[in-house]
Amino acid sequence: MSSTFETVAGIISETADIPREKITPESHAIDDLGIDSLAFLDIAFAIDKAFGIKLPLERWTQEVNEGKVPAEEYFVLKNLVARIDALVAAKAA
Amino acid sequence: MRLEYFEMIDTVVALDREAGRIETRSVVPAASPVFEGHFPDHPLVPGVLLTETMAQASGYLLLARDDFARMPFLMAVDKARFRAFVEPGAELTVEARIVHEGSGYAATAATLSAGGRRIADAELRFRTMPFPAGLDGRMREQAARIGLLAGAPSA
Repeated sequence: MSSTFETVAGIISETADIPREKITPESHAIDDLGIDSLAFLDIAFAIDKAFGIKLPLERWTQEVNEGKVPAEEYFVLKNLVARIDALVAAKAA
Repeated sequence: MRLEYFEMIDTVVALDREAGRIETRSVVPAASPVFEGHFPDHPLVPGVLLTETMAQASGYLLLARDDFARMPFLMAVDKARFRAFVEPGAELTVEARIVHEGSGYAATAATLSAGGRRIADAELRFRTMPFPAGLDGRMREQAARIGLLAGAPSA
């Protein structure tokens, strides 16, 4: 399991009060973990701080709402972690 | 200040949009219905209203920073501390600065002081959203009242 996933899972567990063992790379943040939009902003804040990035949540939400991208692309944790890694890499480049 | 109308900020003393910093001034009224209950014959500004004062200073900062493109709504208060009592007539200064601008939210750190003494501080977070219908104009009216739109001096 990547260190990014471990960090994100820890953030979700602490911020949304979800037992850590329930959080897997296949978990869908909304459908499986029941995280609502306000709680996700708290999680985004913690992720932004932990990784020194800015998750483009509004763009993602708009793309999902417009049907351009399936929600799984952003909100299944393995995909979220991949996007975080990409943002971190882009920042370092 | 008009506590019962939640008009917590009297004047913007300084504003630096680029640096993301604001300083505001407020004078606690000598009398208010709030003091009838908090507390009888021992008037003190409730901590929740001191928090609101710090939140409004932060909110005006975010409004100015975004040029009134979005409305900030308070969504989280972290690490709030109230270190001294605030009585009627007190002159309050709030200094607030943006510590993080996320996508759809922003975080600030604010300190409220009186006579150079730190009274309260908190870390605040705001959800920023498109203005609900009609609120844009009303917020601009409030901002004009406190001098936010009048070119406040740089912080």
